[in-house]
Amino acid sequence: MFAYIIRRLIGAVILLFVVSMVTFAIFFLVPRIAGATVEDMASRYVGKTADEAAIHSMAERLGFTDPLYEQYGRFVAGIFAGADYDTGAEVVHCPAPCFGYSFITRNPVWPDLVDRMGVTISLALGAAVIWLAFGVGTGVVSALRRGTFFDRASMGIALAGVSLPIFFTGLLSLTIFSYGLGWTAPGGSYTDFAEDPLQWAGALILPWITLAFLNAAGYARLTRATMLETMNEDFIRTARAKGLNERTVVVKHGLRSVLTPILTIFGLDLGILLGGAVLTESTYSLPGLGKYAVDAIVSNDLPKVLGVTLVGATFIIIANLVVDLLYAVVDPRVRYS
Amino acid sequence: MRKQRTVTMVAAGAAAVMALSACGGGGGSNNNSNGGTTATGPNAAIGKVFNPSDKKGGTLRMANAGDWDSLDPGDTYYAYSWNFIRLYGRSLMMFKPAPGQEGAKLTPDLAEAKGEPSADLKTWTYKIRKGVKFEDGTVVTSKDVKYAVSRSLDKDTFPNGPTYFNEFLDLQGYTSPYKDSDPNGLGLKAIETPDDNTIVFKLSKPFADFDYFAGMPSTIPVPKAKDTGTKYKEKVISTGPYRFETNELGKSFTLVRNEHWDPATDPNRKALPDKITMALNVNADDIDNRLISGDLDVDVVGSGVQPAAQAKILADQALKANSDNPLAARLWYTNINGDVAPLNNIECRKAIQYAADKTGYQRAYGGATGGEIATSLLPPVIPGSEKIDLYPSKDNAGDVEKAKQALAACGQPNGFETNIAYRAERTKEKAVAESLQQSLGRVGIKLNIKSYPTADYAKLYAGKPDFAKSNNLGLMVFGWAADWPNGFGFLKEITDSRTIKPAGNTNFSIKDPKVDAAIDKAMTEKDEAARQKAWSDVDRAAMETAYALPGVIAKGLYYRPKNLTNVFITDGFSEYDYTALGVQN
Repeated sequence: MFAYIIRRLIGAVILLFVVSMVTFAIFFLVPRIAGATVEDMASRYVGKTADEAAIHSMAERLGFTDPLYEQYGRFVAGIFAGADYDTGAEVVHCPAPCFGYSFITRNPVWPDLVDRMGVTISLALGAAVIWLAFGVGTGVVSALRRGTFFDRASMGIALAGVSLPIFFTGLLSLTIFSYGLGWTAPGGSYTDFAEDPLQWAGALILPWITLAFLNAAGYARLTRATMLETMNEDFIRTARAKGLNERTVVVKHGLRSVLTPILTIFGLDLGILLGGAVLTESTYSLPGLGKYAVDAIVSNDLPKVLGVTLVGATFIIIANLVVDLLYAVVDPRVRYS
Repeated sequence: MRKQRTVTMVAAGAAAVMALSACGGGGGSNNNSNGGTTATGPNAAIGKVFNPSDKKGGTLRMANAGDWDSLDPGDTYYAYSWNFIRLYGRSLMMFKPAPGQEGAKLTPDLAEAKGEPSADLKTWTYKIRKGVKFEDGTVVTSKDVKYAVSRSLDKDTFPNGPTYFNEFLDLQGYTSPYKDSDPNGLGLKAIETPDDNTIVFKLSKPFADFDYFAGMPSTIPVPKAKDTGTKYKEKVISTGPYRFETNELGKSFTLVRNEHWDPATDPNRKALPDKITMALNVNADDIDNRLISGDLDVDVVGSGVQPAAQAKILADQALKANSDNPLAARLWYTNINGDVAPLNNIECRKAIQYAADKTGYQRAYGGATGGEIATSLLPPVIPGSEKIDLYPSKDNAGDVEKAKQALAACGQPNGFETNIAYRAERTKEKAVAESLQQSLGRVGIKLNIKSYPTADYAKLYAGKPDFAKSNNLGLMVFGWAADWPNGFGFLKEITDSRTIKPAGNTNFSIKDPKVDAAIDKAMTEKDEAARQKAWSDVDRAAMETAYALPGVIAKGLYYRPKNLTNVFITDGFSEYDYTALGVQN
């Protein structure tokens, strides 16, 4: 088990390294291949009135005139040892882990990422609890009451949940519950948990439910399908034949088999969300990683986009690692070697 | 049945649009185009103060769908930022907080009076008002203003702000106070401070409109001891009625009263609310919903509501009564590139002027609510602008016969083929390209539509002459807003051929010595009325070259929540005047 974890961790680090190289190449090599000059690339970081000399000076300060491997080397070195950036008026030190420096906002990227991470984690975990509870619960009950009104109604709602985009359900929920009824806080009202837990929950309740509505639907359908299959297995018949009560049959034997595929998909979903729930954060104006990424893309702020991409990749890799380890807990047949 | 209902709704919508635009200013008048007509109801905040009040107190809640370029007065160039900055900073001059065209007039702010020019218009002297203090109680001196302007010259550190001072001051090689041999950062010889209350600007060339420069945020004083360079935007030291209480970059900030602001030194600002909150990066549709529901007071960007809210407001009489639809000092137009054959021939350019159906251009921007059809470059809200229509056509739908005659004179009787560029993310510009493709097609001019990313449009594509020429971009859809509402502020950057750079241009096409000469004349005309006329002559000269096809003078639909008091559109910014606003609750 221990050796397996170490092997997976080493694999994760290598994967992150590859992701960082590919991402760096997409942002800094591909434009050059497509014909952009270093001045073209630097022009995004100067004002609209900048002349050629100012743009070239910025290209040099950004290191665009250096070979790409040197630029990448500096970026990686910055993550471990920090980096210095010449902003014109002064040389700014970006302490480790330095994930780059935004010449548009004139700030290091890492503190921004840390700042935004709290919002995204709050959103993703809260929503995950709701969608797991409702999705799996609805799926199990639907499977056990197959063909009933509950089954048909819940699967119908689940289909709607999967089909309706979040920018629709999000704005609709704000219009009804926030502006219409005044029950919840309007968009853009996020407060840190440490500052005021009640306001924190108040600002997140609608995004949680909206995001959970979207994801719960998929989990309900997956759970129902797997559960139906499982409940027809021989071991379930055996369990019933042994005289176990139905509750034990469903929870201990049926549900346990369902959990493995649920866990797999949950790991992926949660990892992706932790990297930034772009649509939900944009709809509710939550200052999380997803909104940060969108704003960075709109303003062509490549160091920020690179930073978010790496953080997102890290979350996905970690989430998958955790899921793989949890397989053994959920399913005793799994052994790591 | 459904079709019938749709038709009815469309008709109702059109009637609403027409009713609203009829109430709106403009209507073809070139005198004061933002003059309102009703005391309440639609456009009640145009041309006069709606819900006037002197009641102090409360919190003014504002939001921004994006974020500031910078809160630093030396590093900002957004119109809404220049409007808002007057709440926490005092420049030498400012736009008068008054409705309509009165709001486009300059009035002294930190200065005691307008600038005193020398006979050759190359030296401008201002007296600083006594008793003005920073938020820490330190008295503001002329050296603080000099330092502020000096640091704004450093475009490595402050890339966002305008470059007028770089262009006009007699810099003698000076680049930055951060690289200054003077320990106080006051080595710039182009600005003198003979005493604490006098500041003298020395220009490299004569300029009659320098008071507008003195009204830019870069003249808002900055105390050198508190200057943190690129970080100053995080803690700007206030001289206005409000100071920063909190500032979370990219998220929000709060302004509270500045105890050291003395109303006796400030005849311009009412400073009604006790507090101003600003939420940043808020979903644009959400902002509109919050304005309508009363959860928010102002959308600070000041370009009007989004299409979804616009439809909702126009279809609802009660909501419409709280809306304003003013003209802006913004033009949507299309450059005609003389570098691309056969558009190097003026007759071919004229053929485009005649063939274009301007009603299609207007539809692309949302019809009458989105703007008025333009026949020249200078918007009517700019004092001195005249009605110029050198290429008239019935109902602005284009004159096909004259277009064909021009094509024959150009040696292209069967038309020609060229490309038209627009900004990819701007659906309205796409609609313009498609509309022009259709209307120019009537005379055999075939347009191939090309889109380029908005962020790099001026720097890498349409605004880069080499690229535009080599990619056969004969037409380039664009838009322009005035830095300030006068001829210089609007026209110079898009008509002066000498401003054209290898990349990053704002003038994509107008290259004519006659236009340049007209600009030089206007810039040195001392008499204000004559100067306004001279800029109108620049407008006419530019239209004679046929290098630009005017499309639409922009209008925005603004929603005015009931909580707001003292509301009016100022022609200084074509937005609600943020220094005047108050709240009922």
